[in-house]
Amino acid sequence: MNKIHVKTNINGDRVEFLADPRETLLDCLRDHIGLTGSKEGCGTGDCGACSCIFDGDLVSSCLVLGVEAEGKLIETIEGMAGEDNLHPLQKKFIEMAALQCGFCTPGILIAAKALLDRNNNPTENEVRYWLAGNLCRCTGYDKIIKAVMETAKEIRETA
Amino acid sequence: MAKDEIAKEFKYIGTRPNRPDGFDKVTGRAKYGADVSAVGMLHAAVLRSPHAHARIKYINFEKAAKLSGVKAIVTRDDFPIVKDEDTLKLLENTIAGDFAYYDGHAIAAVAATSVFAAKEAIKEIEVDYEVLPHVIDVDEAIQPDAPVVRENAGDFSVPEGSSPNVASYIEFGRGDISGGFDKADLVKSGRFKTEAAHQGYIEPHACMAQLDHDGQGEMWVCTQGHWYIRQMCAAVLGLESSKLCVTPSEIGGGFGGKTTIFIEPLALALSKKTGGRPVKIVMSRAEVLRATGPTASASMDVKIGMTKDGYLTSGSVEFRMQGGAFGGSPVGEALQCAFASYNMPAVHHIGYDVLANRPRAAAYRAPGSPMAAFAVESLIDEICTDLNLDPIDVRLKNAVKEGDKSSYGPKFKKIGLIETLKATKDHPNYSVSLGVNQGRGVAAGYWMNHGGETSVSVSLAEDGSVNVTVGTPDIGGSRASIALMTAETYGIPYDSVSVNIAETGALGFNEPTHGSRATLASGKAVYEAANQTISEMCRRVARKWQIDPDAVYWEKGYAKPAGPNAGDFSPISMKQIASEMDKTGGPIAGHHEASISGVGHSFGVHIADVEVDPETGRVTVLRYLVVQDAGRAIHPSYVEGQFQGGAVQGIGWALNEEYVYGADGCLQNAAFLDYRIPVASDLPNIDTIIVEVPNPDHPFGVRGVGETGIAPPLPALANAVTAATKVRLRSLPMSPAKVLKAIKTGSDGC
Repeated sequence: MNKIHVKTNINGDRVEFLADPRETLLDCLRDHIGLTGSKEGCGTGDCGACSCIFDGDLVSSCLVLGVEAEGKLIETIEGMAGEDNLHPLQKKFIEMAALQCGFCTPGILIAAKALLDRNNNPTENEVRYWLAGNLCRCTGYDKIIKAVMETAKEIRETA
Repeated sequence: MAKDEIAKEFKYIGTRPNRPDGFDKVTGRAKYGADVSAVGMLHAAVLRSPHAHARIKYINFEKAAKLSGVKAIVTRDDFPIVKDEDTLKLLENTIAGDFAYYDGHAIAAVAATSVFAAKEAIKEIEVDYEVLPHVIDVDEAIQPDAPVVRENAGDFSVPEGSSPNVASYIEFGRGDISGGFDKADLVKSGRFKTEAAHQGYIEPHACMAQLDHDGQGEMWVCTQGHWYIRQMCAAVLGLESSKLCVTPSEIGGGFGGKTTIFIEPLALALSKKTGGRPVKIVMSRAEVLRATGPTASASMDVKIGMTKDGYLTSGSVEFRMQGGAFGGSPVGEALQCAFASYNMPAVHHIGYDVLANRPRAAAYRAPGSPMAAFAVESLIDEICTDLNLDPIDVRLKNAVKEGDKSSYGPKFKKIGLIETLKATKDHPNYSVSLGVNQGRGVAAGYWMNHGGETSVSVSLAEDGSVNVTVGTPDIGGSRASIALMTAETYGIPYDSVSVNIAETGALGFNEPTHGSRATLASGKAVYEAANQTISEMCRRVARKWQIDPDAVYWEKGYAKPAGPNAGDFSPISMKQIASEMDKTGGPIAGHHEASISGVGHSFGVHIADVEVDPETGRVTVLRYLVVQDAGRAIHPSYVEGQFQGGAVQGIGWALNEEYVYGADGCLQNAAFLDYRIPVASDLPNIDTIIVEVPNPDHPFGVRGVGETGIAPPLPALANAVTAATKVRLRSLPMSPAKVLKAIKTGSDGC
């Protein structure tokens, strides 16, 4: 199948690649751009390990075609930390042991950031429902939820 | 500190520093199984059986081979003839020979220049199947006239007249069983069933492999144990082990399921056929569920007697477990765990390992223990309810303690079940008042833990920092716990220790990160290796001071003269000793290799509070408590994490998760949407109490904490749902439909 030239913006960088029209955005990020931080856990939009921000929306990048990235702004886990320091969520996840194997962590961080960008004062229930599309098999979610709540509190206090 | 004495005061152990691999794992930089590529790499796809049981009459791949981009196709013909029975089972499961034994069984594999080309090619492979009768359910498979999964599968232990699907039979026990039942005031029995559950790691199996015609190869793979992968691949491919270098990637969960081979030999065989090009295989989620090991399904009969004041007098179990088409269900472990928590005068155990047309069972967190706990702890709960006894008090009366002979033989050393039960009873969750349609369940669980073959090394850098090299992949924070134990041993800061996970050529054989062993076994070995280097440092300082090496001792990162008779010398720091290594005798490194023994038996007690919706049968977990004896919590946050993760896997098994088969024997729910593991909105916080009754056979008292936590949730939730509905649930999962039926009919049909 002929490949299609795609011009897009990923984590602030202008990026071009050739996509097979059958390839997902996740395939293109991982195989063409070399950004392997987004993970494929299911390929069917059930696990959230491939969560990315697509023109401001939280998406499962396994359910977006690579060619749809044309002209869009895409944010992945690789763009989450600043040059000098981690995003408060990343920092808090390490401090509060909110990851074990770490495989779901990039997707959960992206999804949690999307929540806190909209609402920095969520209830625990809101966090649990917001993250219901991100499967974690190691932690039982307890420390993840607490880390998100704690980060939100810190963001509110420093705002 | 004398080596046979367990220290009580620690500077680093018990603290909660950031894990060394944290930065990589929150930035997306950590490399997992599917995250690497190589120049000239090919992509592979696997053709899988669409039938539960079939004879493979012929495979024609001529058309597929001619497709653009296809570089190699392998079938069973590309593998050597294997005679050893265990190796043959591994090979049969890796790639089918004359028969496909389950839906998803690998038939052929294709390597091509792209994933799409490989996937298109497998569609063009023609396979002529003769579909054969199949059997899925364990109680059906054990019938004498059941469809035969594999001919002559039974071993010497199988009693005459058994079903041809019985692979092995176990029987053991002690005491006067019937006399024990006679002494009881109440004897109850029941049949309990659990369905197969998958480990459900979020990272699908993935590997990249390369193999030359001269038998030298290398592999990058997500696994709990790369020496196991090397050993198994070498066996099924007829390779020399030492020529295969296996490097473990970061691992996205395993829970026992990544301790064996599936796609790895296929990648090697394909690579060899292409003249040594690297071949990458990444499983889809559907492949993971259809073709990698779930745990066994079980049907269990239990009979227990108790006096009216709560003493257990006698217990017998018969467990039937199917572990797929090749046997190997954890029925033996299940029997060992069944009555292990209790001091009972008479116990009797019977177990059948049964074949069925399902994927080969792999280990899953405390294999066998959750099923056993479900059956035994549910029945004990029933008896407690009937006799109007407090379930924790009854367990305290019967709990095993130091010196007791366990239900399966070994005598317990120091154990913490009584302390765990007391801590559970004292927790506020045990006295929260419950509302309408709500119920509370309590249950205990046991796992024996494991030491196993371990090899580590420790080396000093010239600046006094330390490299620790271990062979147990870090699946949930073990780098942190090993660094803490190393820092404690030397008396140097945690940040001065780096822990590497080495490839197979760098150390002696290491068993996987399984059996709750990484912190226990690698930690014990690292302690020994570090002490070797401490002895060497003391020797070098003694030489410098021109005194006897015995007159130098080590304390908090310094070599010091041992008392005034040794001489008046200023302590020398590890940093200084390291900076002078090149002049005092060269590199300083320590090694330790052993089959680690002295594991600490582990007990846990859980309390679950639930609310059952009488209109839908939906069970909501309101609050949940895990109490478990860790021996010693090296990094308490990751110990809590193990407790919480295990509990939630158990909650999923109890409430949602099951393998659903159609009449054709094919798996109907091979996706995360339908094989539903718990999500964040299903759950409350998981409260934890870490009990610490140190393991006397570990330098820091570690028992191992990974597995026990998955066992109590099954019965704790069943007991809670029963308390809420007044109907005993005896089969898992307690899905809404099943709970509703139980409420309406008074029974769940088991």
